[in-house]
Formats: sequence, structure tokens, C-alpha cells
Amino acid sequence: MRRVRVIPVLLLHNRQLVKTTQFKNPKYIGDGINALKIFNEKGADEVVVLDIDAFNRKEPDFEFIGKLVSECFMPLAYGGGIHTMDQAQRLFALGIEKVVIGACAISQPSLITNLANQYGSQSVVVSIDIKKDWLKRNRAFTENGKKNTGLDPLTYAKQLKELGAGELIVQSIDREGTGKGYDVTILQEISSAISIPVVALGGANSTNDFLKAIVEGGASAVAAGSMFVFKGPHKAVLISYPSPKELKEKLYSHL
Amino acid sequence: MVTIIDYGVGNLGSIQNMLQRIGVASLVTADPKQVEQAERIILPGIGAFDSAMTKLEQTELPSILRERSAAGIPLLGICLGAQLLTHGSEEGSRPGLGFIDAHCIKFNAQKIGSLKVPQMGWNEVIFQSTNTITDFMDMEIPPRFYFAHSYHMVADQEYVLGLTQYGYNFPTILKKGNILAMQFHPEKSHQYGMQILRNFSVWKP
Repeated sequence: MRRVRVIPVLLLHNRQLVKTTQFKNPKYIGDGINALKIFNEKGADEVVVLDIDAFNRKEPDFEFIGKLVSECFMPLAYGGGIHTMDQAQRLFALGIEKVVIGACAISQPSLITNLANQYGSQSVVVSIDIKKDWLKRNRAFTENGKKNTGLDPLTYAKQLKELGAGELIVQSIDREGTGKGYDVTILQEISSAISIPVVALGGANSTNDFLKAIVEGGASAVAAGSMFVFKGPHKAVLISYPSPKELKEKLYSHL
Repeated sequence: MVTIIDYGVGNLGSIQNMLQRIGVASLVTADPKQVEQAERIILPGIGAFDSAMTKLEQTELPSILRERSAAGIPLLGICLGAQLLTHGSEEGSRPGLGFIDAHCIKFNAQKIGSLKVPQMGWNEVIFQSTNTITDFMDMEIPPRFYFAHSYHMVADQEYVLGLTQYGYNFPTILKKGNILAMQFHPEKSHQYGMQILRNFSVWKP
């Protein structure tokens, strides 16, 4: 029996928890600190917190992140507005386990290498947000899905591994918030080509989607947003996380 | 009182948070005078071996830690802090503190097959003997802990308190007298982490 991580991804917007669809229309979910407390009580494997405003800000909201961390007895990864080694150092000192780098991995690739050298590659996660361009080619996007980098995700993933990234969050922008399941094809393409863990994100709706991402997509961990914060067809806000028993029966026992 | 060593490497905040949650007083310090007075010590650490060892050696702490551990004070190394207690690591070229006869090697890529390195995630620890540290009361065992590492410790069987399987079995808790080395992150491991830190806080080696 293999254990894989099941990771809630929480999006912050003005210090509040929101959920987007295809990176648009942020819907207010609730209080971030409270949500994190609930995931902590439910024994979540790990949580990723992404500040979706931070890419146009100079630095992370350290004060608020400090409050989040104090509720957390599980690994917490944080992404948003990290541009310098000093900022990463402050995040680690607060108790953040891993930093998630987005656009900076392109504008400042040496940051990835420096972080890996200083803090170990297991502390450095890069998120690759993927959308189809007008020629239906998969491309990596930054700035909340607004900017096409022109990079082919697989080529980019290989570069990130070489730079020292310890893990990649491979996210489908087209599927984010839709519940249509992960883009298993792109997951498979990337995970089979690189030796570092790939985390699937974007589109999960059930533990069956998790299974597909792992078995067919080769993902080392699965992440989701909507699935853990909404319930039912009308998307009522309800924070949930599968119980250890459910994970064992529906996930681990099939691996 | 648990003294958490601050040498500029590591997630001190989360260790202190967890100790606070379980009602154990702690002090985060870089001050050699305070470490000299310590009754119980945690050496944290994340990152690369040489970079952490260099930082530690820029302080007077190595000799104080050596003196305190020789005096029988319980000393716990966590993650990279655990690896620093060994003689050294394939990750770097600097010698470690060498408090435990052990060293650190990279995961054997052939033996782990399709598993990825770093090992990132939850895994079980199987105890090789029982003592205060391994007491999980009525909790479901084996206990599960959070791991994030590319290198692991190897040591003589007599020092191995806990083993973990990731492609193959390797030691994840070493114990030599009053010195403990844990590869995983108890401070990130929910109730199991709380219990093992609680155990450490009352441990009389």
C-alpha cells in the first residue's frame, strides 16, 4: 500500500479565502485562518496556500502568513510574491515548509537554484500553470493565467528540475474550478520525463480523479481546491477532507 | 524547558508552535550562554548539509552542543538537524558533528525504482525497540510522519530505533544514549508529531 499526499489548495485574496474558476471570478469562501484550522483538525496531509494578489505586490503578507502558520501542525506550502532569498528566509522562519514560485522562476531562474542550494530542493516548489494557446498548444502561463510565456510545459518542467526545483505543481488553468477531472495527458507527459515529484492540480471532483492522476498521470501527489471547499451542485461552501478510512479504501488500496 | 537552537537554518516557528500546543515550555535561542544552561535541546534544520554546517560552525555552538550532549542532556536533531549529528553526508564535503556513528547517503535510485526523490510525504516508522520515545499510547500504530528529504541516514543496527520503507528500508530514527536523530518532521506531523515531541519532553535517557 502506497500513501500519496492529498493536498487542499487555498487561494487568498485580500486576506480572505476565495475560489476561482479557470483563474477568474473569485468567489468568497470564508476566513482563511479558520479554513486552515479545519484542515488541520481533519488531519490533512499538507496544505498549499497561494496568494493570488501577490504577484503584483513586492512581497508576501508576512503578518497574515504568520497567523496562518500558527494554526498549522502539518506541512504548509506558500506561494505569492516571493522574489528574494530574504523573503524565503522569513517564510521558513515563520514555519512555512516549502515556497511555491511562479513567474519568478522565469524572470529570475537563479532564485530557484539559490533556494535549492541554501534550503534544499525539497523546500522549493514551482507551479506551472498550463493553458492552451490559440493553436491549441499547451503553454505555461503566469500572472494568474494572463501572460503566455510561450514555453512548452514539458521543456519548462525539465529546465526547472535542472535549476533545482524539488517538486512541480502542474495545474490546468482550463480545468481549474470546473470539476472535469485532471488533465491526465499533460501530467503523464511531465511526470514520466522528470525524476522529481509532480503534484496534480486543476479539475478534481472525486477520489476517482485522484486515482487517475496517480495511476495514469504518474503524479506523486494530488491537489484540489473546489472539491474541498464546495459541496453539491449549487456549490454550497463546506470545508471537507477525506477521512483516513476513505483514503485507504478509495485511494491507497488501489495503488 | 526545551531549548531550540537558532543558527539561521530551519523552521523554528513551527517547532515552537507545536511545543506550545502540547504545553511544553520552549526557548528559541542563538545565545551560547543560554545553550550552556539548556536542560533539553532540539537541533532543527532544513536545507543543504554544507550550508547548514557552515552556519553552525560560525558560532560557538558545536563545542557547547558536544559538551551538553556528553553531559547527558537529551538532544534531538530533526531532519537536517538529525543528519548534522552524524559524521557527514554525501550531499556535502564538510564533516558533521559526529555525535552518532552514522552517515548520510543519497537515496539509491536503482532500489527505489519509480519512486521519486525527494521523498515528500507521509510514511510509517517501524520501531526496532520500545522506550519512552516510542510510546504512542492508544493511537493507531505504526505512527505516520511527514518526510521531505533526498538523503537518508545509515548506521549500525544498534543505533537504529526506527525504520521506514521507501523502496527499501532505511533508518529514520537513530538513538545513541541521550542523543536522538529523527529524519521526519514531528512538528508537521499532526497528533503523531505531538506525541513524539511530548515523549521527548519527558524522556529520561
